[in-house]
Parts: sequence; structure tokens; C-alpha cells
Amino acid sequence: MVPLSWYIVLSAVMFSIGVFGFLARRNLLIIFISIELMLNSVNISLIAFSHYLQSMRGQILVFFVITVAAAEAAIGLAILIAYYKNNPTIKVDKVNLLKG
Amino acid sequence: MTLPQLFFAYFALSMTVLSLLVVTRKNPAHSVLWMLLLFVHIAGLYLFLNAEFLAAIQIIVYAGAILVLFLFVIMLLNLKSEESVQKFQKQWPVGLGIALILGICIVVTVSKITVMPPLGDYSVEFIQAEGSMMTIGKVLYTRFLLPFEVASLILLVAIIGAVVLAKRKI
Repeated sequence: MVPLSWYIVLSAVMFSIGVFGFLARRNLLIIFISIELMLNSVNISLIAFSHYLQSMRGQILVFFVITVAAAEAAIGLAILIAYYKNNPTIKVDKVNLLKG
Repeated sequence: MTLPQLFFAYFALSMTVLSLLVVTRKNPAHSVLWMLLLFVHIAGLYLFLNAEFLAAIQIIVYAGAILVLFLFVIMLLNLKSEESVQKFQKQWPVGLGIALILGICIVVTVSKITVMPPLGDYSVEFIQAEGSMMTIGKVLYTRFLLPFEVASLILLVAIIGAVVLAKRKI
């Protein structure tokens, strides 16, 4: 039997890797992918809790997280394309139109 | 180590390595393809946790829809000139420090949990007798009906928003 804490540690490790990618990468697409990575790591811990507490709520929550992730990816990529039409770059340190 | 623990060790190791590959590749297309392999592993872990429905959803929605959307955007943007030598921003050590501190905080906090809530009604035997889809459907359409409808509204907003944002002239 695998203890619950192993799943939580795996989820924490994946979440930290996602946070690192989000904070450190220059490419806007990879930043989006890091957000998906973080959402997935949270899903793992939710399903692990759902299994070990014998409750259905974790699985229902994961269902909604996947819905919101799909919506977020669609809107985010649409914004990315709309930005790329005006300024052909997706490096986040070059995106400084609001800088005074 | 027993067999389930060996399985888990394989999954944990490969998922960590794949996550690191996802955030460190220079070409976003390679990143997305490693992400695909990562999602397959996550679906395997879901099967391990008796969540068959969500394993299928993980493959169909994440690997089938969201990653294909990412690949389409990579194809639409001409990124040849974007592949520079410098992958990381110049403040990347700060990001690494924050990520490490956050990970340690989560692990320490979770390890301090001593009291677990009482077990619910949905034991493995109950789900096996009822069927995974049947159980999740019953809960979703009775107790969580309002959030389910709100989720459909969120998807509608996403569809309209994506069309409005991507269109040149409305």
C-alpha cells in the first residue's frame, strides 16, 4: 500500500517545478505550459485525497479544474495571438508596452 | 518494497524528470511533446487511484484538446527567430529560490497534519459495485448540479472570448 504522503510529496515537487518554470522562463508559451503543469500537480493531490478519504469531492473538483484549465488555455492563447499580431515577439522581458 | 510501491516509484521518478524536461527545453514544441508523455503518466497514476473516468478525461481533454491547441499556436506563430541563446530571464535564481522554498513549505506543512477527517461513503468496494461513471455521475448531477451548470457557462465564455480576441475585426 502506497502512503498518502508520497502522493502529496510528488504533487509538491511537480508544483515547485511549475512555479520555477513560470518565474524563470522567457518564452510566454512555456509559461502557459508551466501553469498547466501546476494545475495537474494539484489534480494529483486532489485525487489522492479523494481515494484515501473515500470521498467523491476530490474527483468532482478535478473535473471542474480541468474545465477551467481548458477555458484558461483557450483565452490565454487567444490573447497571445492577438498580442503577437501587434508586436511579433513572445519573450516576456520584451513585453514592456506599459513601462513608463 | 512491494509491487504497488515500485509502480509508484517509477511513476514519481519519471514524472519529476518529465516535468523538468518540460520547463527546460528551448523549443516550445519539444516542451509540449514531453508534456504529452507526462499527461499519459498522470493518467496512469489516476488509474492507480481508482479514478478511471478522470484518467480518460485526462487523455481526451488534456492530451487531445489542450495540447493540440498549444501545438496549433506554435505552428501559427513563426518562432524561428525567437529561439535565442538565452532561455531563462536574468532573475532566474530568484525564481529557483522561491520554487524551492514553496516546495519545502508545502512538504513541511503536510507532514504536520495529524488529524484526518472521517472516511466518506465511497469506499473502493462501493465504487466497484456501482461503477466509476455511475458514482461520479450521480454525485455530479445531484449535489454538484449548480457548479456543473456554472462550468458550462465558463466554457461558453471561453468560446466567445477566444473568437472575439482572435478576430481581426468584429
